[in-house]
Amino acid sequence: MGVEARYVQEIVPRFERENPGIKVRVQSIPWLSAHEKLLTAFAGNSTPDLCQLGNTWIPEFTALEALEPLDAYIEKYAEIDSSQYFGGIWQTNIIGQNLYGIPWYVDTRLLFYRSDIFVELGYSTPPETWPEFLELSRKIVAQRKTEYAILLPLNGWHEFVIMALESGSRLLREDDCYGDFENPAFVRAFEFYLRFYEEGLCPKGMTEVSNIYQSFADNYFAIYITGPWNLGEYRDRLPQSMQDRWTTAPMPAFGEAGPGLSTAGGSSVVMFRNSPHKEAVWRLMAFLARADVQAEFYRLSGDLPANTVAWNLAGLRENPRTEAFYRQLQKVVPTPKIPEWEQIANKIQQYVESVVFGELTVAEAGRALNRDVDNLLDKRRWLRSRKEP
Amino acid sequence: MKSLVAEEKYRWSTAYLFLAPAMAAIFVFFFLPVLAALLMSFTDFDIYSIGNTSNARFVGLANYRNLLQNPLFWKALRNTGYFVLVGVPLSIFASMFAALGVNSKRLHFRSLFRLSYFLPVVTTLVAVAVIWRYIYHPRFGLINYLMGIFGIQPVDWLGNPHWAMPALIIMAVWKGFGYNMIIFIAGLQNIPETLYEAAHLDGANRWQEFRYVTLPMLAQTTGFITITTLIGYCQFFAEPYVMTQGGPLNSTLSIVLLMYQEGFRYWRMGYSAALAFILFGIILIVTLIQLRLQRHHEL
Repeated sequence: MGVEARYVQEIVPRFERENPGIKVRVQSIPWLSAHEKLLTAFAGNSTPDLCQLGNTWIPEFTALEALEPLDAYIEKYAEIDSSQYFGGIWQTNIIGQNLYGIPWYVDTRLLFYRSDIFVELGYSTPPETWPEFLELSRKIVAQRKTEYAILLPLNGWHEFVIMALESGSRLLREDDCYGDFENPAFVRAFEFYLRFYEEGLCPKGMTEVSNIYQSFADNYFAIYITGPWNLGEYRDRLPQSMQDRWTTAPMPAFGEAGPGLSTAGGSSVVMFRNSPHKEAVWRLMAFLARADVQAEFYRLSGDLPANTVAWNLAGLRENPRTEAFYRQLQKVVPTPKIPEWEQIANKIQQYVESVVFGELTVAEAGRALNRDVDNLLDKRRWLRSRKEP
Repeated sequence: MKSLVAEEKYRWSTAYLFLAPAMAAIFVFFFLPVLAALLMSFTDFDIYSIGNTSNARFVGLANYRNLLQNPLFWKALRNTGYFVLVGVPLSIFASMFAALGVNSKRLHFRSLFRLSYFLPVVTTLVAVAVIWRYIYHPRFGLINYLMGIFGIQPVDWLGNPHWAMPALIIMAVWKGFGYNMIIFIAGLQNIPETLYEAAHLDGANRWQEFRYVTLPMLAQTTGFITITTLIGYCQFFAEPYVMTQGGPLNSTLSIVLLMYQEGFRYWRMGYSAALAFILFGIILIVTLIQLRLQRHHEL
């Protein structure tokens, strides 16, 4: 998908040399239409043999019964060792009792911040807990270091969900059959999140920030929560004078010390149930998971490898900016692994926006979210009740 | 006598024979899918049901009820109404104005103008959207540059909830008016020259000629154009889909875009089929009202 298809084409010839008799045809589809295209392919019974799948899509394709469980292959060929993978990332591939994908590359979100400002304010290392983080944000704004301390965009849900998960909220309850948005842990995270807006530490509108990189360089904000794709963008788009003045750090925690939780993202490689060449597909999966191939793929694409052995091979642990990702990836959890998650996440985002703009209180939003999400999950409850009479 | 009946019968069956292929195609590719969609709108067909149809349930009118309770539906309905109420008159005026101009005998290079007004109609929308995104760019866009010359503050056209819809309307009208212009030109050329000569002899000025000859003679054409434009604008989709994805703050979310999102993003097929039939009902009612108004006007 997207640029990955271009880079994987440079790796495939090596696989074909090592496995005579297997021919791989790579097809590239743009990310934006990938989801639609795969579902249409499924409905038309023309799914590929193997495919890259965003790990949040795995629950959906499992619900379709489109994917082949991989447990038998893992056991038969002891080539892939799950202990070489980040636990939270590996978890995203397990639905129910079965494994449906092998992690290919990983991402998660953490802090990108202005290290020069942090040092000026006496933080040679970034704060490890959310209360300290809030304190520092206040200082940044009070001393006019930047216009705002942090950017928490209202058109996304990741930042908010990360904070809720760290606060101990599971978001859903009873095996992901009901919303759990009046839970004290969720309410606590919600109220904490709001303080950044109430105290003017974070802008409410996004329209002024037409270009993140420029606003970061122009002292508009000092901290941004984002993922590894921005490592390259920050390097290429920020002016030369800014290059020594930013770095990354893991998310803060609500407990004693960091890192706090973040979300498990990235892409896995999956095998489709309809594939007539399952053994050959497995050969390719095992090849793509091999540490040396993973390191090579990182050099081509810049995507962070899923196999931790490859991190050492590619020298990623020596670079402090990527090392922060390594530490964060030890503490990642999947978002609820159900096909309805994207809809639920969009609901959360809408209600957070209404609360920030003062249309609803936290309690009202929690109640409304529970109602809407319970409605959405009605089908899921019915399917489960049918399975276990 | 008997042979006449037989002959009549024979003629009818021949007619049906010739109609059959077209009717069969329409039945298979139009009526069957519509019927299937109608049935689907009474079920909760969704992502779980694509893999296994036994996972769909008959839910009666629940989809319709839920839709009417969904604030997003009302928002989309308001946005679509806004687009139609502003866009349709604007498009008709623009195309009539252009047709009158291009049809004028005093104009040189008439076919050049006709061609250039029609060109946006045949250009793909995606290409057009890319260009217009540049035109609307808050800092480097042409419109803000021109406004800047007159000292008007720049506007974040596509990023501001108040301005995103007007921006899309301007683009949609620009893209579509050439088509209606061609139909208007055909209508204008059907007006007999003798009427103008008679008006001229009676001492009518140019405005009176337009008001009492051109406009009444174009009534049929205008009626046709109003209805087709109305139906087309009610199905407002491609512009927000490629330009804004319904944002900012759902200010450009249209009914069809909502239908697309529910159906092809979240795969709630039953729900989005219900939405399609509600839209069908709305278009039907609006068209009937328009027809009634027109007939009333003609009497």
